Amino acid sequence: MSAADTTLTADPVVAEPAAATPRDPLPRAGWRVVAAKELGDHLTSVRFVVLLVVLGLAAAIPLYFAADQIRSIAPQASGFSAVFLALFTLGSQDISVLRVYEFVGIVAPLLGLAFAFDAVNGERSEGTLPRLLAQPIHRDDVINGKFAAGMAVIGLVLVVVVGFIAGFGMLRLGIVPHGNEVLRLLAWVIITFLYVGVWLAFGLLLSVLVRRAATAALIGFGIWLLITIFGQLITTLVNGILAPAADATPDAILANAQIQQFITRLLPSTLYRETSVVLLNPSVNQISAPTSIGQVQQAQQQIQSLFSLDQSFLLVWPQVVALVFLLVVCFAAAYVAFMRQEVRA
Amino acid sequence: MRRAKPAVRRAATDDDAVIRTRRLTKRYGTLTAVDNLDLVVHRGEIFGLLGQNGAGKTTTILMLLGLTEPSSGEARVMGLDPEREPRLVKRRVGYLPDAVGFYGGLSGRQNLRYTANLNGLRRDVAEHAIADVLEQVGLTDRADDRVDTYSRGMRQRLGIADALVKTPDLLILDEPTTAIDPLGVVEILELLRRLVNERGLAIMLSSHLLTQVQSVCDRIGIFAAGRLVGQGTVDELAATFGDGTATIEVGLELPTPADRSRAQAALGSLSGVTEVNPPAKDGDPWQVVVRPASGEGRVRQEILVVAVDQSLRLTTLRPVVPSLDDIYRLAVTRTAA
Repeated sequence: MSAADTTLTADPVVAEPAAATPRDPLPRAGWRVVAAKELGDHLTSVRFVVLLVVLGLAAAIPLYFAADQIRSIAPQASGFSAVFLALFTLGSQDISVLRVYEFVGIVAPLLGLAFAFDAVNGERSEGTLPRLLAQPIHRDDVINGKFAAGMAVIGLVLVVVVGFIAGFGMLRLGIVPHGNEVLRLLAWVIITFLYVGVWLAFGLLLSVLVRRAATAALIGFGIWLLITIFGQLITTLVNGILAPAADATPDAILANAQIQQFITRLLPSTLYRETSVVLLNPSVNQISAPTSIGQVQQAQQQIQSLFSLDQSFLLVWPQVVALVFLLVVCFAAAYVAFMRQEVRA
Repeated sequence: MRRAKPAVRRAATDDDAVIRTRRLTKRYGTLTAVDNLDLVVHRGEIFGLLGQNGAGKTTTILMLLGLTEPSSGEARVMGLDPEREPRLVKRRVGYLPDAVGFYGGLSGRQNLRYTANLNGLRRDVAEHAIADVLEQVGLTDRADDRVDTYSRGMRQRLGIADALVKTPDLLILDEPTTAIDPLGVVEILELLRRLVNERGLAIMLSSHLLTQVQSVCDRIGIFAAGRLVGQGTVDELAATFGDGTATIEVGLELPTPADRSRAQAALGSLSGVTEVNPPAKDGDPWQVVVRPASGEGRVRQEILVVAVDQSLRLTTLRPVVPSLDDIYRLAVTRTAA
């Protein structure tokens, strides 16, 4: 850069005055053009329909069980708090995973991965990337636009699915959400959106780093499988190894509980599940393991009461921050890698 | 090419340069892809970059568009620095990449519309421009079919249309005629010539197909191992890379060996002739080498006189035009040595 500058001033012949301004102004927001095109592609793709159906089913199956339970408690419904949210949190009594938020938590990452795994490497292998970058846009407009379009589709799918569940609850079960419940539902949708965003950003990173789209998809789905299906298995295994001896002091048991908790929270799926539970359930007042015997005793003496949304948020803000952090890190990595890559393979 | 080129004459001043590079260099690790390149392309001319694959043509083009940063040296495109103002440069330069690709699920027209949007064209202007360029490359009939269904030649033509949509002042075409059938090539080259004549834009095209380059380009730059070893018209390059001699083909009917030796002596006696090479096989023309090359016309006349005097029956008599093939081979081997 500095070498170029000195030669520039040393040789005025080369430094021609900037030629006449172009006839048309430069496009102001290239990322919007990219995003609009990508969004159009997504919405007309088979992928979109398939994912909508899959996520819809993932919500409908537990919803069936939830509806069953809500009907059974209907007679005493007046004493039951936050019935509407129960649509999302109740499920089969035998299978704990069979709840809307659990199922959405499992399937939603697919949504993120599916709209991102071939974003950049697809353009590369189709030979469209050099042509795209030769247009008067900033280089980051490409990756920003693709990310924005992915988020928009995800948002759309989530709103459709949640709207479907809420509509079912109101029309078939006749339960109407209260203001507080609407806010909680909204907060949960935003958290889900963030969580899927993490996977979208991760998919984008893979699409930048891995040359072949098929390989990127395989890696992405492999990691998804590892985390959602085997994640709990692995953490249980690790925690089993770390478990304190039977004659350990209460303090040692507490310390161990904290380590175990830390290990499970290394998984983004845990972060999401914990946040979901708290946001969708106003009566949950604790998600962390107690850190002292005093806290244990305190918890035992606590009177069951409903939390307001901001109180619930206080419980999960570290989880929310961690999710945002993951999202930012993944996207930043994808961004930097893309900006530094050569146009030619 | 023996073609009138008023545009090039006019473009001889420095102000008309649309591309100018100074000691432009690109290194990838230890490999020097482009080595101290000094290149000038003027308004209103077609400039051909000639070189084998991997000679640094595409890297040079990417640097001109600001798509990759030079290691040292500098480039000016339309007077702008592509490293600092890549968007202004790219707004005015149409680029057809090597092995151009399109979104297969979209139609040709939709692909062009995307490019027009990225260039910030107003909708009405864009639609007009798109219809216009599709007509020019002869794709109007298939414009609304998915690009998936296009042949490679059609994609290539769509690529040229894509580069033209923004109404550029400069076209940079990387291997524009690969994958196009011979008849299509002629059409494309005619289109390029017409664009230069009608719109007065400049074109830089890279190719490894020598005859095409020779037939359409006003000036040529020869690339070898990242260096520009020659730059100029075919004639200028011939003068640079020739060995200062000219060759004349002389076809003679010589029935007996005595005739042959007579012809050898007669041709050899002419002033300026340094070599007389009889043909390997009867019926082929003799090769007469003249030094200096400027004496070629006079020698040809004298051969005619000698042939009459010696009653040698002439069948042909013509100067050998140096082909770009020969020049290219000479340029590359000489710089390699």
